[in-house]
Amino acid sequence: MSRLREALERGEFVITGEIAPPRGSDVSAMRETMALVGPLCHALNITDNQGASLHMSSLGACLVALEMGFEPIFQQTCRDRNRLALQSDLMAAWALGIENVLMVTGDDPRSGDHPQAKGVFDVDSTQLLRIAKDMNEGRDMQGRPLAGGTGFYLGAAMFPEAEPWDAQLARTVGKIEAGARFFQTQAVFDLEKLARAVDALHAHGAKVIAGVLFLRSPRVIDFVNEHLAGLRVPDHVARRIKSAPDPLEAAIDLAVEQVAAIREIADGVHVMPLGLDGRVPEVLERAGVL
Amino acid sequence: MIITKRREWQRVLDDLGSVEARRVFVVGCGECATAAHTGGEPEVAEACERLAASGFEVTGSCVPEVTCHAGGVRLETRKNAAAIQDADALVVLACGAGTQTVADAVAKPVFPGLESAFLGTTVRHGVFEERCQMCGECVLDATGGICPVTACPKGMLNGPCGGMWDGMCDVLDDRECVHVRIRARLAEQGRDVARTLPPKDHSKKLKPARLSVKEHRPDGSVR
Repeated sequence: MSRLREALERGEFVITGEIAPPRGSDVSAMRETMALVGPLCHALNITDNQGASLHMSSLGACLVALEMGFEPIFQQTCRDRNRLALQSDLMAAWALGIENVLMVTGDDPRSGDHPQAKGVFDVDSTQLLRIAKDMNEGRDMQGRPLAGGTGFYLGAAMFPEAEPWDAQLARTVGKIEAGARFFQTQAVFDLEKLARAVDALHAHGAKVIAGVLFLRSPRVIDFVNEHLAGLRVPDHVARRIKSAPDPLEAAIDLAVEQVAAIREIADGVHVMPLGLDGRVPEVLERAGVL
Repeated sequence: MIITKRREWQRVLDDLGSVEARRVFVVGCGECATAAHTGGEPEVAEACERLAASGFEVTGSCVPEVTCHAGGVRLETRKNAAAIQDADALVVLACGAGTQTVADAVAKPVFPGLESAFLGTTVRHGVFEERCQMCGECVLDATGGICPVTACPKGMLNGPCGGMWDGMCDVLDDRECVHVRIRARLAEQGRDVARTLPPKDHSKKLKPARLSVKEHRPDGSVR
């Protein structure tokens, strides 16, 4: 059974990390990152052509994680594959030992490095969760029995700070009804909004793993605000890092505070170090979650 | 209506060059392309002038009432038979359906003078917005008369996606998120806002489509 699921269901505070597969076939750098972050985490999210930009497939990189003894969270976007391909990859993933999936709709191709690509979006993330739930129950989306079903722990994304909240909440509840058992959030800065989301999702029996970004430099803050979907670094946070004598250290201090605060609110933390993988152990340790 | 836009003029010239045309007949459309200001009488006259300025001899022109109506176009081309006969090629200022209708009606090379853009609405004079994908399985009943297949850049049926922020779309950040709009309209009308729509049946939109009123019963079933 998935370690992630076990820990969450036991009420343990979980830690997940994020691994971007390479743009190419050389997995050595990815292995190094995994070796660094993996031992600290219950599971590692493996992104799926993140930012609508070309990377090795999540499924392939998940196998590297498994091989190294880490538990992957196989991310599936609806952008690049139709319902046949999504289902066949899910079958392959389960057969190969992957137990967690995170279903997302995916960034639009025009925001990535292949803006000429056709966005597939044959189904959306809510519909894909329903498909995976059916596969967990041993049938495909046409209702036909599978020769061996799946048993995935189903995850989805949510955005505690995105207003209007009623639209966000309704979509999240729709995802729970479709089969999502845990949620991973975009980076959260407003802890009251995080608490609001956790309370609402707990009422539906779902777990919430809250995101933390290491905002290492003024340039990264501007990049995040311009290019990452579903979050905005608030002005007071941006000011704090940009005006610090050493922005990098200020970012690490901020991340420590955020992880410690999330420890009191959510079921886990999802760490996105944006290249500062080497600082992850220190942040988790100082925040008291290791 | 079908919204068209001008085709790059050099491409039109290159197309004519590809068959070494010197004499050209121009066809417009009295319906959508007239309303879109791309293929009505004024635009046909302008195209004739531009062709003449580029050294072509314009043998004539016409603007059929509806250029995607095969019968009407046959009639119109018969009326202009001599001028068309005299031409090496035709340029059609209409949508792709209109251009093909003309190409079926005459035994000459026929080239598109416009690009078909989308099926949309005139929101004000000269400004058009896409409204419908003609998906063959309308969801407007559940979405408050706002089409998410068209207005959501990802065509999601169940949104918003993770990019929505302050009610705005992430992909087209000058527009409201269509899923927030749908929700607001349904709520205003006291309707169910919590539905999750199932995946679309893309087999309803298999091409090439063909439809005959004779085969369709009043209840929507097919004979």
